[in-house]
Amino acid sequence: MPASYGAETQERVGFFTDTSVCIGCKACEVACKEWNLVPEDGMVWTGESYDNTSELGANTWRHVAFIEQNEPLHGPPEDGVDALRWLMSSDVCKHCTHAACLDVCPTGALFRTEYGTVVVQEDICNGCGYCVPACPFGVLDKRHIPRSSNDPPAEILGLQLGKKEDGRVWKCTLCYDRLKGGHEPACAKACPTDSIQFGPLDELRERADKRLEKLQGENWNGARLYGRDPDDGVGGFGAFFLLLDEPEVYGLPPDPVVTTSHLPEMWATAAVAAGAVVVGVLAGFLGGSR
Amino acid sequence: MSVTEVGGEMRSYYGRPVLKEPVWQPEIPWYFFTGGLAGGSSVLSLVARMAGNETLARRSLYVGAVADIVSPALLVSDLGRPERFLNMFRVFKVTSPMSVGSWILGVSGGASATAALLEAAGRLKPVKLAAEVASALSGAPLAVYTATLVSDTAIPAWHEARKELPFLFGSSAVASAGAAAAIVVPTAEAGPARRLAVGGVLVENAVFKLMEKRLGMLGEPYSKGESGKYKQVALACTTGGAALLAGPGRKSRLAAAAGGALVLAGEVAVRWSVFKAGFQSARDPKYTVLPQRQRQSGASRTQPGSSEPSV
Repeated sequence: MPASYGAETQERVGFFTDTSVCIGCKACEVACKEWNLVPEDGMVWTGESYDNTSELGANTWRHVAFIEQNEPLHGPPEDGVDALRWLMSSDVCKHCTHAACLDVCPTGALFRTEYGTVVVQEDICNGCGYCVPACPFGVLDKRHIPRSSNDPPAEILGLQLGKKEDGRVWKCTLCYDRLKGGHEPACAKACPTDSIQFGPLDELRERADKRLEKLQGENWNGARLYGRDPDDGVGGFGAFFLLLDEPEVYGLPPDPVVTTSHLPEMWATAAVAAGAVVVGVLAGFLGGSR
Repeated sequence: MSVTEVGGEMRSYYGRPVLKEPVWQPEIPWYFFTGGLAGGSSVLSLVARMAGNETLARRSLYVGAVADIVSPALLVSDLGRPERFLNMFRVFKVTSPMSVGSWILGVSGGASATAALLEAAGRLKPVKLAAEVASALSGAPLAVYTATLVSDTAIPAWHEARKELPFLFGSSAVASAGAAAAIVVPTAEAGPARRLAVGGVLVENAVFKLMEKRLGMLGEPYSKGESGKYKQVALACTTGGAALLAGPGRKSRLAAAAGGALVLAGEVAVRWSVFKAGFQSARDPKYTVLPQRQRQSGASRTQPGSSEPSV
């Protein structure tokens, strides 16, 4: 895919996040923040299991989701047994094969690296925010400068918050700098259970297929791969997952489609509408020019 | 978790949205309006020139030029720093409606400002005419591209409305140009302007209805919350203003000005309604998840024997 790199083209790399072995330690969140100097973004007790991070954003490039379910991990529920399973999953930018954020970026700040990953160049991003609603996973966001603990709460600051923004968009770079140095990304390095696996995408897909086969053989409930299929609406994820329930349970879209797949049709509609504007104005003069 | 009208239980992550809401500031819906007014007025001005209505041509040219100057100012204000707007002109990307639109606005703004200055100075007629033609040619796309811009996102209320939104924005732009001209041009010479305002309003309200009907459940945000309120204001203002322009506004300058102002207010409200609907659509995960689930159950992408088994 990054054919324009010529001889500099590298093998496409990515993540396989196997949530069946995630223990919810959040080492990935911490390692990511430390390595990439991602600012603090406040602390809110959500009451949503052990998740106080809530979602990916400009200041959160790894997010561990926690879901408590009264269902058994393996096989059908048994009578008289209070089943419990605790799903944990470390979410991250998907580094889509067909990336909407990259397509719609008007400045060229978002680009495809020689590793096939999608990265924002912060010296070029002008904070237009187009990638934010374009992403089918809600990964990207504009950064707000962290407020000191002495600051009044955001609601009281009101409009001033806008002036304090960094204003640019930030997201997972798949540790582009570390890749260049021949290292694996910080989150994968820190993961103690190898729930986050980094490597060449083809290899990861093979490994994931085997892992799924094993889990299904062991009767794990709901095991499935998410984003592995290169024929899906975004051409397959560069960072895909093994989940134990439907994607929406983890806050992920079940069948994401890159918005620009409809762009030719949208431009055609716009051309017809622009023509209709001209015809409409001409029609206004049919009843006389005054 | 919430129960939805398709009958199934919709599952989500603590009811949190899947998508991010846009980060655009209030400048953006205002720009949708001023861009439409600028584009519509540029087209109106040139057609009036060709039809020999000089007063209408000149004043619409000025209206368009002012709107064309205000537009980039709004965008600069949204970005926070003026120099950041220049980054829009680093590249030209046909996959990005914002990139294409920035260039359209650049051409349109330059052309209509040039034409307006030369008109006021009364000099260089051929250059002025060329600028007017350029301004009108870029004006029509300027009036509709913002619809393509919002459609080209993952937000269901915008993306799934991609067939109608350009026509909604286009008719709103025509109505805006007509209404503004009806205010600044004496009634005896504002006939075409009034017809455009009335016609634009009729088409726009019909397109809006059609759009909501076709969207079904995904169109709900347009009649809920802030978006719904703006839509009601828009309907009241545009129909009231159009009635004034079609009736007493033909003779009375005061009625024409009031009608034109009402239509303009209504057009601002239309843009705000569409803008807010996108936020509301992104906020509720059901608009994202349910159609994707339906799509999957209808025509599953999963091939037999592939690695995505159903459970």
